[in-house]
Amino acid sequence: MLRLPEFRYVKAGSLKGAVRALSDLGPDAMVVAGGTDLYPKMKRGQFTPRYLVSLRFLPELKGIRPRGREGMWIGAGETLTALCEHHAIKGIFPSLAQAAGSVSTPLLRNMGTIGGNLFVDTRCNYYDQTFFWREAAGFCLKKDGEICLVAPRSKKCLAVFSSDTAPVFCSLGAMAILVGPGGERRVLLEELYRDDGIGFLTKGREEVLRGVVIPRAAFGVRNVYLKLRRRGAFDFPVLGVAAAMSFSKENICLSARVVLTAVSSCPKVVEGAAAVVVGKRVDRTAIEEAAEVAARASHPVDNADMDYWYRKRMTKVYVRKALALLAGLES
Amino acid sequence: MSRQGFSIIGKALPKIDAMAKCTGETRYADDLHFSRMVYAKLLRSPHPHALIRAIRTERALSLEGVYAVITGRDLPVRYGISPATEDEEALASEKVRFVGDPVAGVAAASETVAEKALGLIDVDYEPLRPVLSVEEALVAEGELRIHSWNRRANIQKAVSFEFGDVEQGFEQADHIFDETFFYEGNTHLPMEQYCAVAFYGPDGKLTLWSSTQTPHYLHRALSKVLGLPMSRIRVIATPVGGGFGGKSEPFSHEICVAKLSMITGRPVKITLTREECFYVHRGRHPVKMRIKTGVKSDGTLQAMHFQSFLDGGGYSSYGLATVYYTGALQTVVYKLPGYKFEGVRVFTNKPPCGPKRGHGTPQPRFAVEVHLDAIAEKLGMDPIELRLKQLVEPNTVTVNGLRITTTGLRECIERLAAKAEWKKKFRQLPYGQGIGFASSAYISGAGLPIYWNDMPHSGVQIKLDRGGGITAFCGSIDIGQGSDSILAYVVAEEFGVDPADVRVVTADTDLTPVDLGSYSSRVTVMTGNAAIQACRKLKDTLLRAAADALEIPADDLEFAEGKVRCRSFRDRAISFVECVQKAEAKFGTLGAMGSYRPPKHPANYRGSGVGPTPAYSYSASIVELRCDADSAEVKVDKVWIAHDCGRAFNPLLVEGQVEGSVYMALGEALMEEQVFRKSGLHKLPSMLDYKSPTALEMPEVETILVETNDPEGPFGAKEAGQGPLLPVIPAVTNALYDAIGVRIHEIPITPDKVLRALEGRLKPVSVPSFEFPPPIRWQPGEGVEVQQKS
Repeated sequence: MLRLPEFRYVKAGSLKGAVRALSDLGPDAMVVAGGTDLYPKMKRGQFTPRYLVSLRFLPELKGIRPRGREGMWIGAGETLTALCEHHAIKGIFPSLAQAAGSVSTPLLRNMGTIGGNLFVDTRCNYYDQTFFWREAAGFCLKKDGEICLVAPRSKKCLAVFSSDTAPVFCSLGAMAILVGPGGERRVLLEELYRDDGIGFLTKGREEVLRGVVIPRAAFGVRNVYLKLRRRGAFDFPVLGVAAAMSFSKENICLSARVVLTAVSSCPKVVEGAAAVVVGKRVDRTAIEEAAEVAARASHPVDNADMDYWYRKRMTKVYVRKALALLAGLES
Repeated sequence: MSRQGFSIIGKALPKIDAMAKCTGETRYADDLHFSRMVYAKLLRSPHPHALIRAIRTERALSLEGVYAVITGRDLPVRYGISPATEDEEALASEKVRFVGDPVAGVAAASETVAEKALGLIDVDYEPLRPVLSVEEALVAEGELRIHSWNRRANIQKAVSFEFGDVEQGFEQADHIFDETFFYEGNTHLPMEQYCAVAFYGPDGKLTLWSSTQTPHYLHRALSKVLGLPMSRIRVIATPVGGGFGGKSEPFSHEICVAKLSMITGRPVKITLTREECFYVHRGRHPVKMRIKTGVKSDGTLQAMHFQSFLDGGGYSSYGLATVYYTGALQTVVYKLPGYKFEGVRVFTNKPPCGPKRGHGTPQPRFAVEVHLDAIAEKLGMDPIELRLKQLVEPNTVTVNGLRITTTGLRECIERLAAKAEWKKKFRQLPYGQGIGFASSAYISGAGLPIYWNDMPHSGVQIKLDRGGGITAFCGSIDIGQGSDSILAYVVAEEFGVDPADVRVVTADTDLTPVDLGSYSSRVTVMTGNAAIQACRKLKDTLLRAAADALEIPADDLEFAEGKVRCRSFRDRAISFVECVQKAEAKFGTLGAMGSYRPPKHPANYRGSGVGPTPAYSYSASIVELRCDADSAEVKVDKVWIAHDCGRAFNPLLVEGQVEGSVYMALGEALMEEQVFRKSGLHKLPSMLDYKSPTALEMPEVETILVETNDPEGPFGAKEAGQGPLLPVIPAVTNALYDAIGVRIHEIPITPDKVLRALEGRLKPVSVPSFEFPPPIRWQPGEGVEVQQKS
């Protein structure tokens, strides 16, 4: 089998200690929680850390508190299994339970954490390969190489943002709580991402995600997550649609958020699609128009499973379906 | 299930190794550990096509913990599964022919050190332009020639046959249908990766443990390449964690660990990574096909012209047989008075293709069954009716000289159609839902061995212990299909004892008589017959002892319930143990041998060796599915499958084989593809990215077993391991047409193809233009005489 390279495992006693270790050890250090993304990538030579700072046992990263003062608190160290099986999450934010429950397989969800999924490395068919393969292909921009093998003229890495839970959190307006050497800061989760396959995270290297808060305002919002992939388990999304909508008693749409995943290098908030439906009684025509707007924002390239032409086409289909579900036009 | 007169046969028993597998007791090759053992890794080519100018190994050799480094120079003798096409080297010496072609091997104290050492081997390559398509391969010249031994271009083998009167058949036809198809390549994906351990002892003898389906052929290849007599080599096939055809020939890694052990004097182990398994491959050939059929207005087939173009990859492997198999079995299902077949296999700079479950027949079966579905529709006939009116009859010889013994296909189809409520559903389901049908046939063991010889294909030795224990020795290897269990059942049935009283010792060339291996669905029929012969010889001896002891004539005695007893007065009996002891006292140590060779086949033309078998199994399948009109995603709701297995020794095992075939077929039909980048690099060599169905994709399967009691099979049995895969793939395609009205002529049927087809944008499959050699002509009746039971 592929061998795991040697590394030093650093177990910090507290979140503060972990942050300190990260800044002391410098760029040779990475954090590890569940390790489901990290270890295979180390075996393939995509990540080459000398030190791994463990977040696994930190109590600060634990806990799901559904009805906190500000909203729902979810510790970054909670497993995906804990999320998708949580009674209150299933009741209030079914989209989040769906997204977390759709990540990989039950075994990996038992290990993988929500923090790990929010910051899961971007993926690409030219990058998620062994060292042997990447050497044979000629290395790429994202690791060890100079050019993007998907689009050689692209100056930017086009690796695909592949988190299932990030678009859902973004659709619900979640805040991220980060702890760094300078202390704690909170930021709108979607602001942590940018459309660059390599630098897809705006957070500092030494900052650790403590948890996320879904604001009270999102409670009562209808929400759904739809995922396109080849199989019912195992696969990363090749398209994900997270949608959240609220309605008045007269069934007028008061707010709407549509966030796509796996169509670029970050979660894509499609404001235009939301604008089409807000303030209206949502019918098929409005949904069709919103879906079309969303599809225009979707730019898959030939670096993931399934034909990119097909994936773009499916953006419309999946957004249409998601909005129709929320508007009660489909079940 | 009929159980006439049997005590074990027909019973749903657990496999004899079931508990060991469930509890983790089974020791696979990678579970073997020896003291002083070292670990091997192979350096593989990053180029699809290149000359090797030089290899320097000094730096690797000087690394601490490295015991030996070998290159092609250490193993210069070529080998290959087929004696006519021995074009492989354990390590490429002058040229590499695909990305992943091994060029050097290292033995080191650990896998980590071995891997590090690979990075210190310097190979100077001169890259050549790779040849990646059949079209390019057919015309390749100069440096684009991948091998130099073949006559022209990159053509490994081109064949052409004409059986019956093809011209007249087309003339008499009222309609002629002409279509093209493409079946993408895919790989076996067994759970267990390739693994082998070698130890060359101080006694000058080599032992190789390997996860192999063909220990005997491996034994021969090792001897040839290593220059050791076969008598000094022992091959032990370890329990195979899934083979599906991918472990049925000698491999580089097996030869390399043997050589490395000879150099180091230590046990050497190699376990390939999953990625390497994709490069070793030997899986399903990508095949382009053209099929032209002449039919009467009532649907009767008059003549068929079938062309196949096989993309073989870098080496021959089993390709010689594969190209014939893409043409041989078209005639075995429906009566065909005239048949023309032309096939060609080419070399390309991709991992070599070989045999995978159904070996060369799923591709043409897909084409033929989808083609017939279209013909039925054009003629306004029910596709099942069209087939039922021209099924091949039992005890006949086909137009290409294949001898049919029994066929239960009619019963299969009728029971299947009733179960699935075909008449109620076909063309009656709402848009987006559909039902489709197809049928097929497969061989129960190849009629000829891989290398020409007159010896038996399978041998069984039985030894009786004074305590009543029975040991059966046989070279067959259990690859999960249950061949060890089958051997125990046959022996237990014959001696009237519990299968638990039978021990089987298999797949060890030092201990067991030769069996050619677990390929071509041959084991139940061939080892079963050999075992029965051995048992009956021993029973004669035992009966003589029992007849004396009981004072009853031997022909009034039977073996049952752990006794030898009088048929008419069952109380008059002696226990089996007592009988054994009396016989041993009388005749000395007890043992017997049995062996089996398939019957001679009727045809005698050049190329007639591929296709014959002792008996053909038959299968039919109905698939019901739904296709989302917006996303074109296909979900299979249910598969009904009927299989004529001759006799189900153990219905549980047969159903397991049938369900496994359905699973594999659905993967091939809907998602699996071994595909390459323009650079010749495998696109997705990993379990995550090579899409194979999970348990969630598996629909409900309803299996119907049909028994025809074939005179050639042991207790009437035929095969069950491969045939049931064949009808499922075209049935999926036909069901999709019923659901949404488009026929996809390409496997796998992915959502993007369906969407393109719905929009009329899916291009038809193009086949290369190629001039095949003049045909070998043969008329039925020209062959040799054959008797029935061999």
